[in-house]
Amino acid sequence: MARAVTNRRKTINTIAAWTIGLLIFFPILWIIVLSFKSEGDAIKTPLQVLGSAWTLESYFVVQERSDYFKHFFNSVTIAVGSTLLGILIAVPAAWSMAFVPSKRTRDILMWMLSTKMLPAVGVLYPIYLLFIRLGLLDTTFGLVIVLMLINLPIIVWMLYTYFREIPGEILEAARMDGANLRAELLYVLTPMAVPGIASTILLNVILAWNEAFWTLNLTAAKAAPLTAFIASYSSPEGLFYAKLSAASVMAIAPILIMGWFSQKQLVRGLTFGAVK
Amino acid sequence: MATQHSRSAARLMMAPAVILLLGWMLIPLTMTLYFSFKKYLPLRGGDLGWVGFDNYVRFVSSSSFWPAVATTLIIVGGVLFITLILGVLLALLLDQPMWGQGVVRILVIAPFFVMPTVSGLVWKNMFMDSNNGFLAHLWRAFGAEPVQWLSQASLPSLIMIISWQWLPFATLILLTAIQSLDSEQLEASEMDGANWLNRFGFIILPHLARAITVVVLIQTIFLLSIFAEIFVTTAGAFGTKTLTYLIYQRVLESQNVGLGSAGGVYAIILANIVAIFLMRIVGKNLDA
Repeated sequence: MARAVTNRRKTINTIAAWTIGLLIFFPILWIIVLSFKSEGDAIKTPLQVLGSAWTLESYFVVQERSDYFKHFFNSVTIAVGSTLLGILIAVPAAWSMAFVPSKRTRDILMWMLSTKMLPAVGVLYPIYLLFIRLGLLDTTFGLVIVLMLINLPIIVWMLYTYFREIPGEILEAARMDGANLRAELLYVLTPMAVPGIASTILLNVILAWNEAFWTLNLTAAKAAPLTAFIASYSSPEGLFYAKLSAASVMAIAPILIMGWFSQKQLVRGLTFGAVK
Repeated sequence: MATQHSRSAARLMMAPAVILLLGWMLIPLTMTLYFSFKKYLPLRGGDLGWVGFDNYVRFVSSSSFWPAVATTLIIVGGVLFITLILGVLLALLLDQPMWGQGVVRILVIAPFFVMPTVSGLVWKNMFMDSNNGFLAHLWRAFGAEPVQWLSQASLPSLIMIISWQWLPFATLILLTAIQSLDSEQLEASEMDGANWLNRFGFIILPHLARAITVVVLIQTIFLLSIFAEIFVTTAGAFGTKTLTYLIYQRVLESQNVGLGSAGGVYAIILANIVAIFLMRIVGKNLDA
């Protein structure tokens, strides 16, 4: 039986939750406001800011002066590239672990997870050195490889937890009907695995998009994605609030929208299935 | 039943992932270990020979080591404390019936998707700047002198910025755990006369224990290697140099690779201690 909830209590809950929610969201809301102001207006008091004229100027300036879209496309290349490459490598591995488990499957999974715990700074110089030697420094290709490797354990794990939920009986039934391995993969498993693969892609694009250790340390002007481009505002000259706001809004908007769609997968992916 | 044929096929399918991760782990790790026993200064003479455990001793006995350990502990501890307490309260609130629950959830989760460099810079400039920042305007509106956040109160400011980023994560996971709580249990206890505090202490909190542990462990692992937030705000000044940042400075800024690598080995050991506990919990869940 559902507990009776008075309208009064619901109202109090609503007010409290919305107040806190808006408070937490406020910094993002505020840079959205500032991004539509002129530089001169953006540094005024909050009330004056709200009262001043709205303009798209900053968005144009950011693009003209710093070639925003080059960095945007670097981010897209790195995030999408590393994720797809990771999926390509992880799907077979996760599939075999979920459907043909052996005694060692559990150990392999745990070991993969342990590689994720390796602190990046501990291997910073070796990677840096390898990048110089292999000519990968400041290339998007190099970052695609590194981000694929750091996210591979999460990709394998997420896919594994999704694949394990596909009932094995279906496979047996398919085999009884004479399906071979190829048919089994193509017509039985793939359709059932697509939602899990899609969520995995979504979460990993988000993680790779926001990764800010390797992207900061392994890029310069050429391959810098948005994380590094935004960091160039840490010692700016002159007025820059509106420009920084516009650049930030453009950098976080796509991922914010994707993130809102991936709330559930976020929990599963980031806790390695420990909390569902 | 898995046949011999499908077993070898399975091994073949696993091979690329396993080999890649093995290489990713072993090659850099071996190199870090190798450098850590050398005096290696790429810009000042290069490889100057083996020095045994000299780097390990020097890293720990340098004057910046213990402050960095303290800073690391304060940041990790502070962020964990704030995100857990607020996370539990917020999760309990969001679990209650209300209007527009979905929208509130979206608002609360949003900071998690903001890239670290953006949140660092937005807080530093648009909020914590003592001339034009939002907080400075707010302070002045009440007739108070604006605070120089990132220099006068550098650690609390950083803890605030990082907590803002991680509160959504804690809330989301705790909320997921609360929602899996059997509501009949709560109703039964209510009928037995348990008040709100009793229900929280004896039913909700024990139910959350596991999720809380997971949040603590995962956040600790990520927080130990916080980098971008410090890089764009204080660049390690004003007592905000963490262990990670110290190692980064040794390796890339002062190019003392031997010393930095020894620090890296310490960081790896530290992270592994935390990781062992996390792995145990995850492993248990795998059997269930």
